[in-house]
Amino acid sequence: MNSSVKHSNPSVMVTADGVPLMVSLSRAKRKAKIRALLLVTPLFLFILVTFFIPIASMLLRSVDNEVVEETLSRTVPILQGWDQTGDTIPDETVFVALHQDFVDGYREKTIGSPGRRLNYEKPGFSSLFRKTARKAEKFEPPYQAAFIKADKKWGDINYWRVLKRESGPSTDSYYMTALDYGYNDIGERVAKADDQSIYVDLFGRTFWISFVITSICLVLAFPISYLLSILPAKSSNLLMILVLLPFWTSLLVRTSAWIALLQQQGVINDMLVWAGFLGDDNRLAMIHNQAGTIIAMVHVLLPFMVLPLYSVMKTIPQSYMRAARSLGANPFTAFVRVYLPGTIPGIGAGSILVFIISIGYYITPALVGGQSGTLISNFIAYHLQSSLNWGLAAALGAILLFAVFALYILYDKIVGIDNMKLG
Amino acid sequence: MNKFVKQTLLATAVTAAMVSTASAKELVMVSWGGAYTASQQKAYHEPYMANNPGVTIINDDSGSGALAKLRAMKEAGNVTWDLIDMTGSAAMTACEEGLAEEIDHDKVLANAPDGTPASVDFGDLIISPCFVPQIVYSTTFGYRTDKVGSNPPTSINDVFDLEKYPGKRSLEKRAVNNMEWALLADGVPSDKVYDVLATDAGVKRAFAKLDTIKDSVVWWEKGAQTPQLLADGEIVMGSTYNGRLFSLIVEEKQPVAMMWDWQVFDLDGWIVPKGTKNKAEVMKYLKFATDTQRLADQSKYISYGPARASSAPLVGKHATLGIDMAPHMPTAPANSKNTLLYNIEFWADNTDDLNEKFYAWLAN
Amino acid sequence: MSNDQPYVQFKNVQKSYDGVILVVKGFNLDVAEGEFITMLGPSGSGKTTCLMMLAGFETATHGDIILDGQSINDVAPHKRNIGMVFQNYALFPHMTVAENLMFPLEVRNMPKSDAQKKVQKALDMVQMGSFGQRRPGQLSGGQQQRVAVARALVFDAKLVLMDEPLGALDKQLREQMQYEIKHIHDNLGVTVVYVTHDQSEALTMSDRIAVFDDGVVKQLASPSELYEKPDNAFVAQFIGENNTLRGKITSIDGNDCRVDIDGHGEMIAQAINIGGVGDMTTLSLRPERVWLDPDDTFPNVFEGKVEELIYLGDHIRTRMTVCGHDEFIVKIPNSTDHKDLQVGDTTKIGWKVEDCRALDCTD
Repeated sequence: MNSSVKHSNPSVMVTADGVPLMVSLSRAKRKAKIRALLLVTPLFLFILVTFFIPIASMLLRSVDNEVVEETLSRTVPILQGWDQTGDTIPDETVFVALHQDFVDGYREKTIGSPGRRLNYEKPGFSSLFRKTARKAEKFEPPYQAAFIKADKKWGDINYWRVLKRESGPSTDSYYMTALDYGYNDIGERVAKADDQSIYVDLFGRTFWISFVITSICLVLAFPISYLLSILPAKSSNLLMILVLLPFWTSLLVRTSAWIALLQQQGVINDMLVWAGFLGDDNRLAMIHNQAGTIIAMVHVLLPFMVLPLYSVMKTIPQSYMRAARSLGANPFTAFVRVYLPGTIPGIGAGSILVFIISIGYYITPALVGGQSGTLISNFIAYHLQSSLNWGLAAALGAILLFAVFALYILYDKIVGIDNMKLG
Repeated sequence: MNKFVKQTLLATAVTAAMVSTASAKELVMVSWGGAYTASQQKAYHEPYMANNPGVTIINDDSGSGALAKLRAMKEAGNVTWDLIDMTGSAAMTACEEGLAEEIDHDKVLANAPDGTPASVDFGDLIISPCFVPQIVYSTTFGYRTDKVGSNPPTSINDVFDLEKYPGKRSLEKRAVNNMEWALLADGVPSDKVYDVLATDAGVKRAFAKLDTIKDSVVWWEKGAQTPQLLADGEIVMGSTYNGRLFSLIVEEKQPVAMMWDWQVFDLDGWIVPKGTKNKAEVMKYLKFATDTQRLADQSKYISYGPARASSAPLVGKHATLGIDMAPHMPTAPANSKNTLLYNIEFWADNTDDLNEKFYAWLAN
Repeated sequence: MSNDQPYVQFKNVQKSYDGVILVVKGFNLDVAEGEFITMLGPSGSGKTTCLMMLAGFETATHGDIILDGQSINDVAPHKRNIGMVFQNYALFPHMTVAENLMFPLEVRNMPKSDAQKKVQKALDMVQMGSFGQRRPGQLSGGQQQRVAVARALVFDAKLVLMDEPLGALDKQLREQMQYEIKHIHDNLGVTVVYVTHDQSEALTMSDRIAVFDDGVVKQLASPSELYEKPDNAFVAQFIGENNTLRGKITSIDGNDCRVDIDGHGEMIAQAINIGGVGDMTTLSLRPERVWLDPDDTFPNVFEGKVEELIYLGDHIRTRMTVCGHDEFIVKIPNSTDHKDLQVGDTTKIGWKVEDCRALDCTD
């Protein structure tokens, strides 16, 4: 026996050389922990840089409004003293500051940005800033009159109200727009009229179409995956290639193929007319509408449903069904009671995958979706690429992100997130 | 340091050196791809590279998203483009946002052969201090000759006339152009179009007119879509860029013809992105590529009008087909009886607002 | 119980999967009611296919399978009322143990209270009475096995099929389960058709064993008969340990024959399954039937040179060279005064005629 054991406290386990067991154990584990940490560090950094930072910056951008305060750095503080609920425009002190800001902004080529920013809130700001900036250097006091002479919008109190409202470092206006709210002339938040609201309906449509696509994918993928899982490797590999074929075809080829197939003068309509199912003048509209989006996206996303389903079904032993049959269940009961519950992890994984990809898809809907088949992502892309309203794009993206989180939590509550198998 | 590491580092350094020396002579030019970039390649890039053996011009076809990408590059502090082809309104935005270099047109660009300064030769087409105009293009209509019988469409009213011309028509999925056409077809005089459109009632009126054909419209987003739809016989008529229709009619010999009534003129040209690493070389290129002869040369390959007044008389025959290009230009007298000039000021203020209203109208 | 008619009958059953190769070549088997019969053979020998045909998961390509006087060729599996225990237990992972047992009763629309009583009884029978609310994933292999057996029995099937049910268990647990299954069989009087490739398992449990090889039943007999009196070289080799010596028949004398072992000597053996004089034969001799230092009454006496000794507790496994054959095994019982041999020693060995069987030559 080692001597250290004798004088050790019976309640604290120690190793042979007298070090408490817990200390010794954590020391031994530390090396393993450091090694594990080193192994995950590259991926962690990669994800941090390519995922978390962009998302954080997107969230930031959806409320960021510093451009007005920065460019009109003299005007904004003075403007805080102006009462926007009254019916007079700001006095000369504000215009003096504004003049200096414009002269500097024009020299430094920064005056266009706040103009474009405010133009999102009220059309006219863009040209107001651009035109005024060109002339501002030559203005003579009193500046209020000079500004109004250059463009009479400077005398319109509604422009000043918007300017004051949007002069803070952050704004909620992007989120308001994204939820179909706006401000009225006196600065109250109001829901937009039905014929001017877009985004809420679009979110709804996006989720609905994604749901339909997911359901169709599930219905189509289930039997195919089952077949793949029971066929011998040789034939299942061939079938798998057919399933994956859409992955390997370029988007352009696929799109042309859909158009050739689905359009009114296309192959399917021609065949239906030829076979006499349709009259020549009521050909089916299967593209440039919701049907087109659904057909094309089901085509693209089917593999994302098949693969998890297949990988789950592959692990369900044939003996389960056989056991159920031997216990007296007819094929249908055996399927519903025994096989189907076993595939839930695959159904969950496939559905979440397809659903999340669908709500973010924009190229296919843009090409074949027409007016009824465009989704919220098309608008995010539009605001990113064409209108350059990145704040609104970020707000729309953030809402989408929160909606996905909410769904994820819902899924976790109903099915359990650990009950999901991707492969 | 072991041998392998040394060799690897050496190889990396050599590669890096090669890349950086090579990029010193490479100019990356962003344009729209397809026949348009091809025409620039033939008319500008190839002769320039022949005169300047040290320079290689790389075409980047990301023209449609160029503004957004440029802004992202600027924010990331790494602008990899040297010259960008943009529509006039995009160029104006780029200039306002500080994304483009301002250009002294008379200093940088070549005079006309008769000595007229560039600023005079381009005239009003210089809509922004950052913009070097290149072509005048128009957005106009093509129709299937086999679907209209002996009574082809001749006016913008026909686009809105479903009884006379049943079937689908394609329009661009945005407010610009469609709103003007709707008002013109609804009887608004051309010089009052933008005044009317500036009012809420005018916007309502335009939508009301568009409502009459809404269910028969295929909305396009890419310039190639209307030619394809026409070729497939999916639509009776549709709007697109006149150069695309020229290719469809003259080069592909499809049963399609042009309907020029109230074509909308717009500009396309170059901007120099702020932060380009080859500014001097790019300016040199700009001087060459926008001189009178080069702009006229481009029209040998595509039916867009040169932006210099002095180039117009030099427009000749198509490079391969040998047909006279002048009658196919949007500016030809026979084609330009009724034309509308894209109002850049108006749309700079109202694009966002009207597009939003337009999409809301589409969705409802 | 005793009935003239067999309870299960395979009549000249053939099975082919691909239309080229027969995996079962004319299988005949009569199983009496209450019998425990085992189909034993190496993997790929066709035994599992026969079981699956009986269960209804495979269809016979030719022949009849009769259950209780009725041909069941066209009866769907779920209407056969046959209990089955699978190799990997096939307990439904999303159901509790009790729900697993409830399943066959539910599909038979048994009233719930009756069903619950039956489930409890079946679980008690396999000493799993307190595990009803667990899920299969929370049970050990042995416990899952018990549940699988209980589930196969809970709906009062008269015939229970077991497909290598103990294959995944460790040796000790396997032996324990063998006895338990045997006891359940004895207590309930069900008919069991059991498939295994483990000969000791087959010997322990079965009333009769059908030894399969390459789609054919090589011998169907009780365990003792299989061991003591194998009909052919395959069975002799497959069941228990065996010394195999090949030689040429030099003469046949009634029930005995003389066999020349490649010129190393001549042995006398029982002529069981041989051709004529001059043909090759395989002599089969159990290692425990070899005597050391035999007296003169032994007809077969030879010299053996000790090559290897392995101490196995109750006996010492001794490998010798005998008649030029160096894989000759002799089991020397570890009795108080057993002969103490060393490697390299030479000793006299011998055996009786009735312990040495001349069988077919496998080549």
